[in-house]
Amino acid sequence: MSTDLQHRPAARPDKRPKAPLAPWRSNIGLKIAMAVSGILMILFIIAHMAGNLHIFEGRESMNDYAHGLRTLGEPLLPHESILWILRIGLIASIAVHIWSGLVLSRRAHHARPVRYAHRHKNRGESRGAYGVMRWGGIVIFLFVVWHLLDLTWRTVNPVKEVPDAYGAVVATFSPERWPVTVFYLLALTALGFHLRHGIWSAVQTIAGPTTKWRKRTQATALAVALIIVLGFAIVPLSVTFGLVK
Amino acid sequence: MKLSLRIWRQSDAQAEGKMVSYEIDEVSEDASFLEMLDVLNERLIGEGEDPVAFDHDCREGICGACSLVIDGQPHGPQAATTTCQLHMRKFKDGDSIDIEPWRAGAFPVIKDLVVDRSAFDRIIQAGGYISAPTGTAPDAHAVPIPKQDADAAFSAAACIGCGACVAACPNGSGMLFMGAKVTHLGLMPQGQPERATRVLGMVAAHDEAGFGGCTNTGECAAACPKEIGLDVIGKLNRDFRKAAIRAA
Amino acid sequence: MSTDFYREGEPVADTKAPAGPISERWEQRRFSGRLVNPANRRKLRVIVVGTGLAGASAAATLGELGYRVANYCFQDSSRRAHSIAAQGGINAAKNYRNDGDSVHRLFYDTVKGGDFRSRESNVHRLAEVSTEIIDQCVAQGVPFAREYGGLLDNRSFGGAQVSRTFYARGQTGQQLLLGAYQALQRQVAAGTVDLHTRHEMLELVIVEGKARGIVVRDLVTGEISTELADAVVLATGGYGNVYFLSTNAMGCNVTAGWRAHRKGAYFANPCYTQIHPTCIPQSGEHQSKLTLMSESLRNDGRVWVPKQKGDDRHPADIPEDERDYYLERRYPAFGNLVPRDIASRAAKVVCDEGHGVGPGGLGVYLDFAAAIDRLGKKAVEAKYGNLFDMYERITGENPYERPMRIYPAVHYTMGGLWVDYDLSSNIPGLFVAGEANFSDHGANRLGASALMQGLSDGYFVLPNTISDYLADGPFDALDESHEDVVAARQAVDDRINFFLNNDGDRTVDSFHRELGKIMWEYCGMERTDEGLRKAIGLIRGLKDEFYRRVKVTGKNEQLNQELEKAGRVADFLELGELMCIDALHRTESCGGHFRAESQTEDGEAKRDDEHFSYVAAWEFGEDAPVLHKEALEFEYVKPTQRSYK
Repeated sequence: MSTDLQHRPAARPDKRPKAPLAPWRSNIGLKIAMAVSGILMILFIIAHMAGNLHIFEGRESMNDYAHGLRTLGEPLLPHESILWILRIGLIASIAVHIWSGLVLSRRAHHARPVRYAHRHKNRGESRGAYGVMRWGGIVIFLFVVWHLLDLTWRTVNPVKEVPDAYGAVVATFSPERWPVTVFYLLALTALGFHLRHGIWSAVQTIAGPTTKWRKRTQATALAVALIIVLGFAIVPLSVTFGLVK
Repeated sequence: MKLSLRIWRQSDAQAEGKMVSYEIDEVSEDASFLEMLDVLNERLIGEGEDPVAFDHDCREGICGACSLVIDGQPHGPQAATTTCQLHMRKFKDGDSIDIEPWRAGAFPVIKDLVVDRSAFDRIIQAGGYISAPTGTAPDAHAVPIPKQDADAAFSAAACIGCGACVAACPNGSGMLFMGAKVTHLGLMPQGQPERATRVLGMVAAHDEAGFGGCTNTGECAAACPKEIGLDVIGKLNRDFRKAAIRAA
Repeated sequence: MSTDFYREGEPVADTKAPAGPISERWEQRRFSGRLVNPANRRKLRVIVVGTGLAGASAAATLGELGYRVANYCFQDSSRRAHSIAAQGGINAAKNYRNDGDSVHRLFYDTVKGGDFRSRESNVHRLAEVSTEIIDQCVAQGVPFAREYGGLLDNRSFGGAQVSRTFYARGQTGQQLLLGAYQALQRQVAAGTVDLHTRHEMLELVIVEGKARGIVVRDLVTGEISTELADAVVLATGGYGNVYFLSTNAMGCNVTAGWRAHRKGAYFANPCYTQIHPTCIPQSGEHQSKLTLMSESLRNDGRVWVPKQKGDDRHPADIPEDERDYYLERRYPAFGNLVPRDIASRAAKVVCDEGHGVGPGGLGVYLDFAAAIDRLGKKAVEAKYGNLFDMYERITGENPYERPMRIYPAVHYTMGGLWVDYDLSSNIPGLFVAGEANFSDHGANRLGASALMQGLSDGYFVLPNTISDYLADGPFDALDESHEDVVAARQAVDDRINFFLNNDGDRTVDSFHRELGKIMWEYCGMERTDEGLRKAIGLIRGLKDEFYRRVKVTGKNEQLNQELEKAGRVADFLELGELMCIDALHRTESCGGHFRAESQTEDGEAKRDDEHFSYVAAWEFGEDAPVLHKEALEFEYVKPTQRSYK
């Protein structure tokens, strides 16, 4: 009996794991990696946002904060060492996040190789997630690259002196460079949606809440995403509209 | 009522398929969706054409055989209803309706609207059971089970294995199906000894069968005719995390 | 008696049930039956056809014991067998309610409920094993309904006066089947069971008088192949679909059993069909099947029809004194809870008199207004919510506001292949389990007993009795070139080729529908000598026409659902004739078999124990079937006229 369906090699997706995967490489394993790296990045983002608000205390306070990051731990530790530890952690999180995202997307593509002829609008609880996470993720990645060129390495920023963080922010979001602000806000919007789904999705992946707690997590995720978006948006808006000069 | 149908026709697993249009008259609104297809098939046979193949059996919403994507929605537009229980009064005279098979890499099309769902059986084989060889059981009252646990286990066990969750999922994932079984057995005291091996085995079989991962969009739960919720996926994730850490 | 349709042969007897006190017979038999050494079990191959409660539980258990099992089902997964649709529950004599239940009472109720047409030994064993089934299922994780204390809940079901029914909401069959399915899949993973889905058995292979294999068709590729073994178990369900419209799944068929019958297996009591009183009435010609509404609804619903004939007022506008609560009127002791056969026939009587409601006047009301007043809508919803939703989906009517319309429909067939106490048919090596055999329900099955019997046969009876036969094995090695194997295969090829090449113009379904109408009209709830004779003539004519005019599209080497149906309907046509002959010869009324000529003054079924206290086991004959009688003896439950007044 070679013909029974249990063993029939039917039109299978072209790529699939050859042997049972180790747990960490399974779909859920990768999702956990994605969730953990995402949570680390959210912690960074919250700290980053809080740090940004120094700008409202004036140039000196802002620059001191920026300087303080570099000298954190001195003289016990070498210059910029804590910052580099944070940076490496962050880079690793980004790498894990993107890599797991790519692997999962590729697997998902093979798992659903044919589209429906009739496209019906989604009905799920987090119906926009598919686009928000994948396309939104790409937008956020491109933004981060630009953001580094702009405010970290200053390649595209008029203010090249690294210690003058305040000057660089004011320069990049100056009223005549309003498209930069618009781009920044667009990227923030993508981030907001990414976080609104990502936060509860991460909790769902790691903790697996009951229905009641899932609803609460979703509400919390929305709140955190809004706080982050507003907390970040207030800086470029203030500069562009001349409240911070 | 009069309807325009577009139906996926594919002569076998290897063949190319396409959407083919059919006009159908005098459909009773009391007929079920499958009975409407029966009427179409009677006509096609009369005309010497190959009738439309589709899976169906009990026609009362419990066997899980029927599996049509109707206007882009697995089991059609009515919530908590399998295709066989969907009745034509939910449509209007003159409607055009698109009918497609489940689409998923792990569910290859066999013919027309019939797909191979044996991957679900392989997931169960990998641990979706409690090992209780016949004759070894203690008295049924030996282990009391809190009513709320028994009720929750039942709700998860109500899964009919139809595969609508996979068909609805943009990732072709079988997490809801798997989560329902892991939840059902994990809530029973009898299910505890194998709880860790069960979830690890089932997840490995799920991935090996070519199902995708979960993006938590919730399309599966919205499509589920038995209204199984995303909490079972949460429970599956949690059981998996614990088991994987312990196994590492 | 009309012997122009059949011949009478030698009596047949069950030689396996031990004598002695009835409560010791099963233990005796397990002791006297020979065993197979565990090391030898690996050398023995057993084919199990069907994956319902009986098939899956038998295949899993035989696999656990160490036999090499090949298991077949026509569905795309073994989880979809029609046992899954059973709603109500499963009986067990646990006496958890301390309400006077016992093995003996369950035994007594079942023999009486079967209208004294079943074998006492078998029924007693069923009652004994019932308690083990619940233990087994709980151990597998079946989520039965529980009470707040964490113990199992029970309800009273189908007219029983004790609460012995275990249930899992309205989906007991599903949960029990999934338990058996999971046990089976576990054995598939362990390598003891080869499971073949989407395969249909089309012929039985008999070599030197013993059942040695089956011929199957792969429903996807059309490949015909032969599976050989030391024993064959048929667990292929009932044949209610001979009526076209029934509560059975669309795929339910008699082909496996009928093929075995044509090869010599006796078919017992084919006319015993159970017509279930609470189904949703037919809505039109397009109807493909009927949907059962659980019998539990009768616990709180009141059945009535308008007193005035042809009254088409909205039911709410019909005042109390113009309603006829006919079950409460005719059966004051049991009221709406009378057994199924009685409730069904009473509905037919009122509809025949012109009191029926709904399309064609074929329906009666099942009214929950009183229950909603008494318990509140919430409580009714908690109990029956899913059933009410199902009713609304199908009919478009809201049963909270308007009484349900119900009508009887064919639901279960008590008849089946004849088996002895060991579940062995008269062909050595051919065993039959579950609804496919005739053994335990007599002329009428009580509610919540089908699940019990399927699991009893599969988990506990068959695995214990089959070893007595297999102890003689392994039998001589066979290969596919043996002339009997080749002939069986050839027969299948020929039949398929006939259908595919027949130059016909009528669809298979049209024949099936026509057969169903004949059966329902003349061999349904009420049977008469005249009607049955007419039906036999009509069926013979239809069969001729079928072979002349049936049209099957497509080819063999593909998924071809028309070809599948053609073979099944061909067998239904032959079975239908035998059912009518059986019904014609049995001029008494008993259980589900109601002969209009045999009724009491007030219209109740009247048995004729003097002439008909036997099992009618029919042997296939090319010209006419041969009747073998198995006399029934009642040592423990003395036959009385059933009364539910």
